Amino acid sequence: MSASSTELSHSQTHPAADPLTRDGQPLKKSLARALRREKLRALLLISPLLIFVLVSFVMPIGDMLFRSVENKIVADTIPGTVRALANWDSNSDEPPAESVFAALANDMMLAQEKKTHTRLGSRLNYDQPGISSVFRKSGRRVKKLDNEAAKAAFVAINPNWDTPAAWGTLRSTVAWPEQFPMTAISFRHWVAWLQSEEGDDADPEAMVPHGFTYASLYHDLSNMPATSLESLATSSNTDAAALFEGIADQLDAFPSDDFKSQFADIDKGWLRVDNWQAIKRLSPRIVDSYFLAAIDSERTDLGIQRKPDNERIYLLLFVRTIALSLVITCSCILLGYPIAYLLANLSVRASNLILILVLLPFWTSLLVRTSAWKVLLQQQGVINDLLVWVGIVNDSGRLVMINNMTGTIIAMTHILLPFMILPLFSVMKTISPTYMRAAKSMGASDSLAFWRIYFPNTIPGIGAGSILVFILSIGYYITPELVGGTTGVFISNRIAYHISSSLNWGLAAALGTILLVLVMALYWAYDRIVGIDNVKLG
Amino acid sequence: MKLTAVLASAFALSAVNMVATAAEELPACEDCSDAMTIVSWGGAYSNSQLEAYHKPYTESTGVEIINDESSAEAVAKLRAMNEANNVTWDVVDVVAADAIRLCDEGLAMEIDADEQLAAAPDGTPASEDFGDLLVSDCFIPQIVYSTTFGYRSDVEGWNGNAPEDICAVFDTAAFPGKRALEKRPINNVEWALICDGVAKDDVYDVLSTDEGVAQALAKLDTIKDDVIWWSAGAETPQLLADGEAVIGSTYNGRLFSVIEEQKQPVAMLWDAQVFDLDGWIIPAGLDEERKNRALHYIKFATDTQRLADQSKYISYGPARASSAPLVGQHAELGIDMAPHMPTDPNNAANTFLYNYEWWADNRDDLDAKFQAWLSQ
Repeated sequence: MSASSTELSHSQTHPAADPLTRDGQPLKKSLARALRREKLRALLLISPLLIFVLVSFVMPIGDMLFRSVENKIVADTIPGTVRALANWDSNSDEPPAESVFAALANDMMLAQEKKTHTRLGSRLNYDQPGISSVFRKSGRRVKKLDNEAAKAAFVAINPNWDTPAAWGTLRSTVAWPEQFPMTAISFRHWVAWLQSEEGDDADPEAMVPHGFTYASLYHDLSNMPATSLESLATSSNTDAAALFEGIADQLDAFPSDDFKSQFADIDKGWLRVDNWQAIKRLSPRIVDSYFLAAIDSERTDLGIQRKPDNERIYLLLFVRTIALSLVITCSCILLGYPIAYLLANLSVRASNLILILVLLPFWTSLLVRTSAWKVLLQQQGVINDLLVWVGIVNDSGRLVMINNMTGTIIAMTHILLPFMILPLFSVMKTISPTYMRAAKSMGASDSLAFWRIYFPNTIPGIGAGSILVFILSIGYYITPELVGGTTGVFISNRIAYHISSSLNWGLAAALGTILLVLVMALYWAYDRIVGIDNVKLG
Repeated sequence: MKLTAVLASAFALSAVNMVATAAEELPACEDCSDAMTIVSWGGAYSNSQLEAYHKPYTESTGVEIINDESSAEAVAKLRAMNEANNVTWDVVDVVAADAIRLCDEGLAMEIDADEQLAAAPDGTPASEDFGDLLVSDCFIPQIVYSTTFGYRSDVEGWNGNAPEDICAVFDTAAFPGKRALEKRPINNVEWALICDGVAKDDVYDVLSTDEGVAQALAKLDTIKDDVIWWSAGAETPQLLADGEAVIGSTYNGRLFSVIEEQKQPVAMLWDAQVFDLDGWIIPAGLDEERKNRALHYIKFATDTQRLADQSKYISYGPARASSAPLVGQHAELGIDMAPHMPTDPNNAANTFLYNYEWWADNRDDLDAKFQAWLSQ
């Protein structure tokens, strides 16, 4: 690579005599064009495969990994609440004010109609245990909340508030929607709710919204600076001016729907500050909470902290996964090397027989192989029975070889052995026997010839086998699950659990991303130390 | 408690096996698809459904039923299908906890029991017939199963004693040997607290505190070195049959087949068995024809007679109170099934009720603590 690029730059520094092709074009130009055409054709040829790999492999994996930070569910499900919470100080010991609960009531009306409130509850529950039932319960009862107080007060001030026309007027003012943020969200929600409840032909223009929207309007008005309120009441739009006339004086004595205590009646959890802190913390669309959880940490009032001792697990599992994978790789080298050597040096007939024996496990179901190890290794199993019969161990001291780390190492070494033997074998086959003969003819002993001549030639095979075995074992989970007990399980077992059982795909994605980065870092380190060019599959 | 009372009293009536009443004429299904995919657990359980539900249903309607044995991954697969907007399943068999999760996630449709299901033969509406077992709006229960212990009846080290209550599991002095427990906190922490002196009714209150969780794990710590942790229901029966474990928890139907079908020296310890439910859900977002077919099938498969029929093939109790008196004999072994039901009064003398709501809230948290404890 480097040689050719220096050549190229060398030729570029001497542009003096540009040779021409027969049609008068500079040779360089037409050569470049031909090359470009060539490249394009090559690209076209591989494009079906490229597109296939992109669509079926890169994109789904990218999508899955993105879930480790994606968190739009909170802002999408309870947008009003999220907005209202912006003004709440999460370090205070008080739950949020009434305006947040009014927004929550309104958000929950639509969420329970669309059945998204429980989904949000289970999302929040990953970070805040107990909150999912708060949402589940509230969804059932939010329809029964009293929500007429604010509306009645508006109507008492001006009966027109009970007409669809009033809302048309409000929405046509210049202040809408900027000065009525909560009312605008609430109105939009009400329209969506109406159409979901009564079908698309329901006409929001001909109806007045539900009481929650009036409550939001009250909160918007009371949050408004006095001058804005004044300008509303005196605006050139006479209809609007009439609607807002006299409201400013009465805002202080406005009756409240008291959604706060109504929610507290549904579930005391709504008054818990930690629940609200969790909602506020998780309201951004991109969050780091999954990654923090994946490294046994969490974000608290005091910043990022490690989880308490009795909840730490993932870092331990990452370390164990890598350590055990290294042990398995090493035992594969130790066991696989002599077999590959035999395969490469025996007569064709004998080596074919051994090759079949090596490949046989490949054709057997993984579960059968793993279960077979259970039969062999368990305390009442074949090996223990044999040892007791021979008298090496006594009946009460049977060895524990399965449902622990030993079980995982033994079973996985066996399962991954062919991945070590085959690359080793194909490399060894290419080593000419004359090398060894030459070494010996010059006086080297057998072992010296082996270590100085033969072994260095097989290193590319060891490299290839090790990479295969290591990367495969780092992602294994069926075998560790079945024979690993508690001390022999891998990080992949937790990833599988979060994918298929707890449905916490965000955490699974974060763990998977970390694992992927770790593997790539190790691969990079391998390349720096050994050199990836030194790897040969045959 | 109510659940036990309802079922136990119903079973008390079952001393005389009533003659199966002829199935009512099945009303035709209008505007329905003519093939459906039903997802279940596989093995003996799927077989019992095939015999009791699928075969008669296909016989009377001609609908082709495709079996998929993916219930173990149903929750994750349904979510993936839903996101891809391509749900290929029509009816899915899941445990109650998964049904609650699916309902929460909006992945299962709500089913109005009285409107969509058959009433009992005496006219009791379905919602009363199922009673408390309708634990989720999306879930129609079929069977009551229990997670309970079986033990080897020939252990030399036990000096002729047999475990009589759940706390024998924690008594390694009187009952030495390996125990098989499920590799998850559910049930294990409750049993640990009960055997640590917590009253049954207080278990979930205690577990709601950090000290309570620590207490449960500390109790489990006393037997940690003697435990083989299982993750598939078939493991405990195998461990017991091999003598690898001397006592272990699993589903009662699995123990039934070890004891009655394979005649292994294993006995049931029904004490503190934990009832759980298994039943049907219909995925959300099916088109009209498939939805109608799924509802039609469920109405058929969960009527009083059909639920009773299933117990001919597997020792799980029917979820309808009205089915209990119809429970008959095992189809092949010819033994009375009633005494093998978890809900039989003799077996249900001391049961523990699983709190779905509590676990839905605390499962993730407790699981993290449990796994951390396991790996210490």
